[in-house]
Amino acid sequence: MLSMKNVSRIYRTDVVQTHALRNLSLEVEAGEFVALVGPSGSGKTTFLNIAGLLETFDDGSYQLDGRDVAGLNDNDRSRLRNEKIGFIFQSFNLIPELNIADNIDVPLRYRGFAARERKRRVDRVLEVVGLGGRKKHLPSQLSGGQQQRVAIARALAGDPGFLLADEPTGNLDSSTAAGVMELINEIHRNGATIIMVTHDLELAARAERIVRLSDGQVVLLDEGGEGSELENGAAV
Amino acid sequence: MLGYYVRLAAISIRENAVMSLLMITAVAVGIGTCMTIVTVNYIMAKDPIPQKSEVLYAVQLDSWNPNDAFRDDGSPPDQLTYTDALALMDARSAFRQTAMVGTSLIVQPDDPDSKPFQASGRAAYADFFAMFDTPFLFGSGWDADADRRLEQVVVLSREMNDRLFGGENSVGENITLGSYDYRVVGVLDTWQPMPKFYDVTTGPFDKTEDVFVPFSLVASLQLPRNGNTNCWKPVDGDGYEAFLASECIWIQFWAELRNDAEKREYLAFLDNYVNDQKSLGRFARPLNNRVNDVNEWMDVMRVVDSNATMMLPVSIMFLTVCLLNTIGLLLAKFLGKAPEIALRRALGASKRALFVQYLVESGCIGVAGGVVGVVLTWLGLRGIEALFGDLVENLVQLDLVMVTAAVVLAIVSSMAAGLYPTWRACNIEPAAQLKSQ
Ligand SMILES: Nc1ncnc2c1ncn2[C@@H]1O[C@H](COP(=O)(O)OP(=O)(O)OP(=O)(O)O)[C@@H](O)[C@H]1O
Ligand SMILES: [Mg+2]
Repeated sequence: MLSMKNVSRIYRTDVVQTHALRNLSLEVEAGEFVALVGPSGSGKTTFLNIAGLLETFDDGSYQLDGRDVAGLNDNDRSRLRNEKIGFIFQSFNLIPELNIADNIDVPLRYRGFAARERKRRVDRVLEVVGLGGRKKHLPSQLSGGQQQRVAIARALAGDPGFLLADEPTGNLDSSTAAGVMELINEIHRNGATIIMVTHDLELAARAERIVRLSDGQVVLLDEGGEGSELENGAAV
Repeated sequence: MLGYYVRLAAISIRENAVMSLLMITAVAVGIGTCMTIVTVNYIMAKDPIPQKSEVLYAVQLDSWNPNDAFRDDGSPPDQLTYTDALALMDARSAFRQTAMVGTSLIVQPDDPDSKPFQASGRAAYADFFAMFDTPFLFGSGWDADADRRLEQVVVLSREMNDRLFGGENSVGENITLGSYDYRVVGVLDTWQPMPKFYDVTTGPFDKTEDVFVPFSLVASLQLPRNGNTNCWKPVDGDGYEAFLASECIWIQFWAELRNDAEKREYLAFLDNYVNDQKSLGRFARPLNNRVNDVNEWMDVMRVVDSNATMMLPVSIMFLTVCLLNTIGLLLAKFLGKAPEIALRRALGASKRALFVQYLVESGCIGVAGGVVGVVLTWLGLRGIEALFGDLVENLVQLDLVMVTAAVVLAIVSSMAAGLYPTWRACNIEPAAQLKSQ
């Protein structure tokens, strides 16, 4: 599904160069659920943005679904993002002026679905996240957990094969976080490939595999599940 | 998708009401100012009789003061003496021709209860109506015999016929003008060439006259003149006869010349005539006869006011300033939407899709600005009317062409203003925005 070899990303400002990723290599199989952990500033978000074709890289190669992404133009990237990739961001990232249904509708519009199909999908994913009765509410009229569920609903609406989640539960209390995790597990069970950034070791443990980044490099590949060394409090 | 973009634009404009209102106002004020000036110029410069403007010629003879040109640029007087007008009419060298002069007549209604009132009139020859394509509601003009026989006949304007006869067909009826009876031979339909090209001496945008009577009556009935009279030497003697024989100019003269050959022949005829007159001791100035077609004549008579022309670039500059303001506001607004733009990009919007979306939003502001701009233009024209009064009463009309032009100009210019901000917005790096949240 995803194959990165020696990918580097350097941010240059007038004064400093930051190696956000250095020679990062990673393979993710189709249908896999990977948790990405690592200290703040280690390059997790940068990795997700590159994986999701939102950002380009300076060196190395990246194949998505067997396709080299380096040669894609803006239109192709946008279409791939639209059709294959779902994002859940660190913060909720809803458009404040649009109501819930319209927010979920956004990627479906760019996908070019007919009105009926869009409505069907919006209704379905709102049922899934348990917000069927809130279609006409504005984001500001929902709680934080509800907003994150809307963001997840939006990522689900396009039936993405590849879900990139950046601390989807970072701003939520533990019981709401559990609900959100349940949803993500559900998506995984339905066959999607998932890469999820988290600081929460318990959540990371639910993934099939844990990848740890440090200083822009993969430092540890670990099979997830009970009893892993992360569980025992190895530094994150 | 366009419907979606318009809806997004509406939401965005509503959401940011104050900023949107500022932009709409900027566009509207710019458009209003610009279109007011453009409209004035447009109407002034309009061809008043496009189907015939190339065959109708205003005739000029240089009968002026031997020691002093009529105008500094050496052009001959814009009107003729009575002597010359009659001589040209008698010669009938053109396909059609008419001498004419404005007059003013008191209408005495038959109904003893209604008071007499003043009507504007024009004394002309029979050819007047055919030359200027006047539309007739009833009857027709008079014929050349009527000119010759000094018949007291009259053609009424539609308005005058409405007033005197309630709009009924009045052909054959009699009316009293001054102290004479006239028989109605025709009633014009609404007729208002703009500018009123056939006589611009008292104001190029005057109303057309209420009554039209044969020119031959000017002398026989001593009709009052209403227009400009210029004399370069004193009238010899007293009385109306002496005035008619004088070198004063007060008559407009038009000839219809259907092609270049006729025009050449006519100029030759004029030169012959003037040379003959020279031998009689008149026309001491060098030979300087001219014929100008309608549009040339409008130039010669400076119908397009030079102030209005000068205002044109100024108003366009003003519009530019308004648009620069709009660019600034749009830039601030669109860049303020960076997070939304980044999000839309992440969700699959191509740069092109976003470009169209924000251009549509600029266009919507243009539509609103254009509509308000038309209202401001209308107000601006009313203002000009109030300032200059009757002189421009008929000038300040907004026609469909100008309304459309205003709205289109507003849309095009606000989209142009939106180009740079939109381009900037589309090139926002989505990743950086999403990370910074
Ligand atoms: N646009 C940018 N310009 C310059 N430096 C950047 C930019 N984005 C990220 N960086 C730097 O790159 C490094 C990796 O950042 P990144 O956001 O990927 O970290 P992260 O692992 O997601 O951290 P966190 O857990 O705090 O979200 C950091 O040192 C950061 O300062
Ligand atoms: Mg991050």
